[in-house]
Amino acid sequence: MHLELNSKIPDGPVEQKWSKHKASIKLVNPSNKRKYSIIVVGTGLAGASAAASFGELGYRVKAFCFQDSPRRAHSIAAQGGINAAKNYQNDGDSVFRLFYDTVKGGDFRAREANVYRLAELSVSIIDQCVAQGVPFAREYSGLLSNRSFGGAQVSRTFYAKGQTGQQLLLGAYAALNRQIHSGAVQMNPHTEMLDLIVSEGRCKGIVTRNLRTGKMESHVADAVVLATGGYSNVFYLSTNAMGCNVTSIWRAYRHGAGMANPCFTQIHPTSIPVHGEHQSKLTLMSESLRNDGRVWVPKKQGDVRAPHQIPEDERDYYLERRYPSFGNLSPRDIASRAAKERCDAGFGVGPMGLGVYLDFADAIKRLGRDAIEARYGNLFDMYDNISGENPYEVPMRIYPAPHYTMGGLWVDYNLMTTIPGLFAAGEANFSDHGANRLGASALMQGLADGYFVLPYTIGDYLSGVKPGSLSLDAPEVRAAEDRVHGRLTTFLSMKGRKPVDHYHKLLGRIMWDKCGMSRSAEGLKGAIQRIGELREEFWSNSFVGGSGEELNQELEKAGRVADFFEFAELMCIDALDRNESCGGHFREEYQTEDGEALRNDKDYCYSAVWSQRQDGAGHELTKEPLEFNNVHLATRSYK
Amino acid sequence: MNLTLFVWRQKNADAQGGFERYEISDVSEDSSFLETLDMLNLRLVESGQPTVAFEHDCREGICGSCSMSINGRPHGPKKLTTACQLHMRNYKDGDVIYVEPFRARAFPVVKDLVVDRSAFDRIQQAGGYVSVNTGAAPEANANAIEKDKADEAFDAAACIGCGACVAACPNGSAMLFTAAKVTHLSLLPQGQPERSARVLDMVHTMDAEMFGGCTNHGECQEACPKGISIKYISQLNRDFLSSTVKKALSLRGKMQSQ
Repeated sequence: MHLELNSKIPDGPVEQKWSKHKASIKLVNPSNKRKYSIIVVGTGLAGASAAASFGELGYRVKAFCFQDSPRRAHSIAAQGGINAAKNYQNDGDSVFRLFYDTVKGGDFRAREANVYRLAELSVSIIDQCVAQGVPFAREYSGLLSNRSFGGAQVSRTFYAKGQTGQQLLLGAYAALNRQIHSGAVQMNPHTEMLDLIVSEGRCKGIVTRNLRTGKMESHVADAVVLATGGYSNVFYLSTNAMGCNVTSIWRAYRHGAGMANPCFTQIHPTSIPVHGEHQSKLTLMSESLRNDGRVWVPKKQGDVRAPHQIPEDERDYYLERRYPSFGNLSPRDIASRAAKERCDAGFGVGPMGLGVYLDFADAIKRLGRDAIEARYGNLFDMYDNISGENPYEVPMRIYPAPHYTMGGLWVDYNLMTTIPGLFAAGEANFSDHGANRLGASALMQGLADGYFVLPYTIGDYLSGVKPGSLSLDAPEVRAAEDRVHGRLTTFLSMKGRKPVDHYHKLLGRIMWDKCGMSRSAEGLKGAIQRIGELREEFWSNSFVGGSGEELNQELEKAGRVADFFEFAELMCIDALDRNESCGGHFREEYQTEDGEALRNDKDYCYSAVWSQRQDGAGHELTKEPLEFNNVHLATRSYK
Repeated sequence: MNLTLFVWRQKNADAQGGFERYEISDVSEDSSFLETLDMLNLRLVESGQPTVAFEHDCREGICGSCSMSINGRPHGPKKLTTACQLHMRNYKDGDVIYVEPFRARAFPVVKDLVVDRSAFDRIQQAGGYVSVNTGAAPEANANAIEKDKADEAFDAAACIGCGACVAACPNGSAMLFTAAKVTHLSLLPQGQPERSARVLDMVHTMDAEMFGGCTNHGECQEACPKGISIKYISQLNRDFLSSTVKKALSLRGKMQSQ
């Protein structure tokens, strides 16, 4: 269907847009709020903070997560930190500078108005989290401590050792628990959303399956928020949790919601390298390590000497060499590509040659082992545990891995998708990071959306709808249930011999090879064809087993893999359509002589918003042009 | 390496469960324990049999989903390590390994290795928070917090809510889990206004959820993958006692004034 995109960006100077918008949007009066119900899917940073804040305001809230407890959402695994423009370090930070860094870091493919709001709200997030009792790192003065992250020349990252995501999520989980206890939020754990209910063009509810009992159920509400994270697991191997999936946002797409920039994916430079065929996931080593670790490979191709046997002048500190002003703290997309370039050229280290060193020897010499242990102790232990090597003595081996997805459901300034009443928050939307996200900005965005944006903008929408307008007996509800039931029955009746994971792995390999760190028109065309063929095989040769009326993990996976197959194709189509390189999207045909991304602002300065064609055959592109009035469109350089 | 696994199979909460024997070959020492279970499940699907259900998600030791005991020990033999972070290099060719769900009265088995730990959520819901609404927070650096205290609060807050402490305790006690949250918030100025009510509400909920009492076995601390210290239990006991006395005195005060 053709989309009419209205981004609803408020008028006026960028620094006044949000305050003016808040002052002019409509409100729901306190006694009417309890008449409205809101569904929140996902309980990570964005979902938990939104559900808790809605509950505090007086709305009736139903929250859902597929994990057995809301505390286990994958935000819990974020390690490094959260950015905020507090300028506690007196090093020249400001809201404008955080805004500037984020727009530039995103390679000029994000909306200025949204990014500015994010930078503005960042300071309140830290206040809120401290008030909840989040134990951020502190100095001996008792005041909050900061560290640096990639793509910035100031120290604005707040952290709690290497467990910042855990502590922030437990803060949001605590706020959510308080609302559950008061009865404002009804929590539904181990319950997965499998379809949307749309009535007269508005989103009015969801259909879910209880993963413990298999019971299918419909829930109606006046608005639905999807805060269901990203789709890195389309690559099968990623740093995401095993359950992370694209299903909720793909179901929304199938109902007509626009999907923006699906090809914008982030490959994180510092993950522990792949070890073998049965590997199920990749483990990240926080970007914060690049504060003190130096990245290098041997200067000689195929050098198999142990790292300590390679003398200083035979090492290539390639990030420091290529990007002297940002060095080891270059942004993620750049650091990842530089690692791939060295490994492809035969300089990689480790058994398969797919690795580079991250070396702490200098930092340990300079600061002492104790200081390094205090900063990164848990990360070093984790590395030791997985690799069997002690990083205090031997440099870490790292390699890029899929980590985050900047693309997602298209939303307007109010975080509403193209389906009225359906909102998307956190990683599930496309809003703030353009073509590349800076480190420590995901936590910031998830919490900004949930604590400080949605509580305002959802009221604006609800004030214009009649509460409780759809009943559970409505034909739209029955139709949605029939669709879900039909799909589950199809999975259970598949007569093949292969587990669905088998096809997920094959799909992931195609995506990693052809739509990963570098892409080409030829490769993408081949991938689209291969995905189609493999999808046929998946449907004809998979086996799920068991029944739908019990805990059935193969059935859960089947639904997620089926949606990844459809989504993967759209991702390749988007990558093929964008004939430029920008941020995490690197098209081999478009690069400078020294191998840097070659952006094309004349033809591609837009967000690509895809929608399903009404006849069901293929996808249609609508463009949301991007304007840069505050940050000058320039070639992104970290040299 | 080749291994013999005895895995607890139980169709549902009401069914009788038992160990099933599986031989598994060509396990790489770089694989994790859960990847070995993945291999087993792959084989089960290929032979048309139902897979082993087990909780897992992040596979990096932080989400707390793992809920299996390996050779009788929650999360297996390695200290400070969840089952997902246990690597097969800790085993040798020919080893026999028993895998079963966490055992505790308050954690009924749902299926195979999956248990119901919702009681943990209910303990947190009873008071594991600071009652601050969104938007009501003062400037973050308005209050300095001694670094030592902030660090200690972090150590207590590092609990991942897996339930190994309960599974390891002969009494099935949740004291370590509850103490970790009580201590985290008791150490911080933000936690003071609700300190008494919090500890009373959380402990009463813990008792109502059928967790046992603490009789100082110390198994919880041994089993905890995050190294949560048993000293927090004494903090919990102190807070509980003083809060109980305070509450009793305040009730008496009210009665006398009537």
